[in-house]
Amino acid sequence: MILVYAGWTAAALMVVAMVLSLWRILRGPTLPDRILGLDTMFINTISLLILLGVLRGGTAFFEASLLIALLGFVTTISFSKYLLRGDIIE
Amino acid sequence: MVIELIVAAFLLIGAGFAFIGSLGLARFPDFYARLHGPTKATTLGVGGMLIASMVHFSTASGWSLHELLVILFLFLTAPVSAHLMAKAALHLEGRSQGSKQGEEPER
Repeated sequence: MILVYAGWTAAALMVVAMVLSLWRILRGPTLPDRILGLDTMFINTISLLILLGVLRGGTAFFEASLLIALLGFVTTISFSKYLLRGDIIE
Repeated sequence: MVIELIVAAFLLIGAGFAFIGSLGLARFPDFYARLHGPTKATTLGVGGMLIASMVHFSTASGWSLHELLVILFLFLTAPVSAHLMAKAALHLEGRSQGSKQGEEPER
């Protein structure tokens, strides 16, 4: 029972964290701010998926979180590289 | 019961650190300060969640160590992406300061 209450409290905290990073993406004055907000949102998504995996059970959530971690790294690197060089693959 | 309490504590620690990291991202005044906030969400937030998941699934059925993959991957890639983002911000700042007075800075 205590796990359910703690899980829902943690889920509420994670939702607020996602909204804060979405606010930074929408408002961020510079482009690196928006990239950082996107990176934070990817990481919060990983946490939220693992939380759902603990609450619901099953390993599909874990594999999805691994995939999102990989995708988030590639996205951040390619956006930063584009800002630095104006090109991704030279 | 004890296991459930440990899992709940680690879940709350992880979610709390993720929330604090995003709060830092939203509230700090400039980009280099903002870069400092989400690193806490990366290391301690995801770390706490994954430890909770490891404890939970290890007690349910045998050892469950595949969460270590995510921890290892995140700890390897987080410094690289933070370094590249800081480098991009420095690059843009230098380019907008180097432009002339009448020109629109490219931001």
